[in-house]
Amino acid sequence: MAMMVLALVVILGLELCRGAGLSLRVFGWRFLGLSHWNPVNNDFGPLPCIVGTFVSSLLGLAIALPLSLATAVYLTELAPGWARRPVITLIEMLASVPSVILGLWGMYVLLPWLAAGPYPVLKRCLGFLPFFQGPVGGGYCVLSAAIMIAIMIVPIITSISREVFRSIPDTQREAAFALGATRWEATRLAVVKSSTRGIFGAAMLGLGRALGETMAVTMVIGNTHGFSASLLAPGSTLASTIASEFDEAVGSLYPSVLYEMGLVLLLVTIVTNILARLLLGAVRGRQHA
Amino acid sequence: MISAVCFACALMVILPLALVLLRLVRMGASSIDWAFLTQLQKPEGEPGGGMANAIVGSLILMGLAALIGVPVGVLGGIYLSEYASNRLKWSVRFAADILNGTPSIVWGIVVYALVVVPMKGASAYAGGLALGLIMIPLVIRTTEEMLALVPNSYREAALALGVSKWKTIVFIVLKTAGKGIITGVLLACSRVAGETAPLLFTTSGNQFWSRRLSDPIASLPRQIYTFAIGPYDDQHRQAWAGALILILLVLSINIGVRIITREGSAKPVK
Repeated sequence: MAMMVLALVVILGLELCRGAGLSLRVFGWRFLGLSHWNPVNNDFGPLPCIVGTFVSSLLGLAIALPLSLATAVYLTELAPGWARRPVITLIEMLASVPSVILGLWGMYVLLPWLAAGPYPVLKRCLGFLPFFQGPVGGGYCVLSAAIMIAIMIVPIITSISREVFRSIPDTQREAAFALGATRWEATRLAVVKSSTRGIFGAAMLGLGRALGETMAVTMVIGNTHGFSASLLAPGSTLASTIASEFDEAVGSLYPSVLYEMGLVLLLVTIVTNILARLLLGAVRGRQHA
Repeated sequence: MISAVCFACALMVILPLALVLLRLVRMGASSIDWAFLTQLQKPEGEPGGGMANAIVGSLILMGLAALIGVPVGVLGGIYLSEYASNRLKWSVRFAADILNGTPSIVWGIVVYALVVVPMKGASAYAGGLALGLIMIPLVIRTTEEMLALVPNSYREAALALGVSKWKTIVFIVLKTAGKGIITGVLLACSRVAGETAPLLFTTSGNQFWSRRLSDPIASLPRQIYTFAIGPYDDQHRQAWAGALILILLVLSINIGVRIITREGSAKPVK
């Protein structure tokens, strides 16, 4: 049975390659650099999706990381004992909310609010930057997708960095206190500084989740193909394109292109996950020792 | 000062959960009625009807997924913890981590190629398989971790009494770790209950009751998605109601599991 896991990885790769075979033959790997998308003329360029995937994920990570770290610091170092358990439970509950439900909430609650308040303000204050130009519309845009992603990856980053912080021996903190450090200084010097590696690992793990996040993103990103520097413009990601177009992909080339995009997505998530494991390996080892 | 900032961040992290739950209860509770729970969906644009088939469909899909994911996952976990050599352990763990990190939409298109294309149509089998495959790495890892917690002295004591290895595993090791494994399995079930992406192309939804498992089947997450992006207000209302039922399902498993484990930890196992 354990062998099935190994077999599954092989099957996963093989089936994607088989599905992508036609597109690989027609376009080769230069396909990744193409950017025009017009299925009617057999024009397929996934570059905007790839860029969209990375932009939304990294932006989501940029929002989620400081929040998660502060929460993890709060939970391990500062919070009174009675407050820890409930907060942890609530964060675990947030992790268990299905992505489609967050998407539903995003579509009907978050987006109208963002489009009515914060986005116009952003545009007014920072509109001179290319990132915040163009019409706001209904709020379906890359920035909204990044916010959804941030909500979805906060729990995992928080719980991993909590684990990392907890693996720091108490003697370290005591040493800092003994040297006259305040509580915050002790936290910063003894805990956060010495877990840089683990924090990167937690961020990578979160990034891996973010890259493959499908439903919530598909529901708020607007699903258009094309480049736009503005974060307030609609876009698409690899996962959202597969989710929204696979059903209507006719012919043999179109689905094959989507398989190749799936393959790219898989490879990217595997690389981030391996990086995360490498970074976290040391921490896990220390904890079990 | 700093602790106030950190506290504010912790609040901000929880805020979306509170907002989502509040909104779900407000929008969903008013829409859940007897008709919603017992009727099929009405033709497009016509108000009324319900999601009975989607609720049952979700339960069927979860059952199928468990049928695939639990045996493979638990047996795989036992093998890893009790029999496998270190090298093999490393590679299987690594593979499980890769599978765990695989986006669920990728599972969707792979199962589409594996099952839907040869069977010439979407089916409950395909959806169940996709969910089951997602469950396998989750269950393997928790089983292995739980078995690792069983003290070696238990195994040695049993073996010293002349009990055969498989009997030791079944009657001593599994019995000790049973609660933890069940917890892991239930959590994996609740995780796949909300998965939507792998069901998009493998089950293709169904407006009616599915008579056979080889028919397309409706499911809650997929129905919520379809209704949410649909144009009709009444469908949006039902999407909220469906979401409330789905989240009740998921959270009740989660909270139930928490209560079980709390009782378990009250009794010292070691």
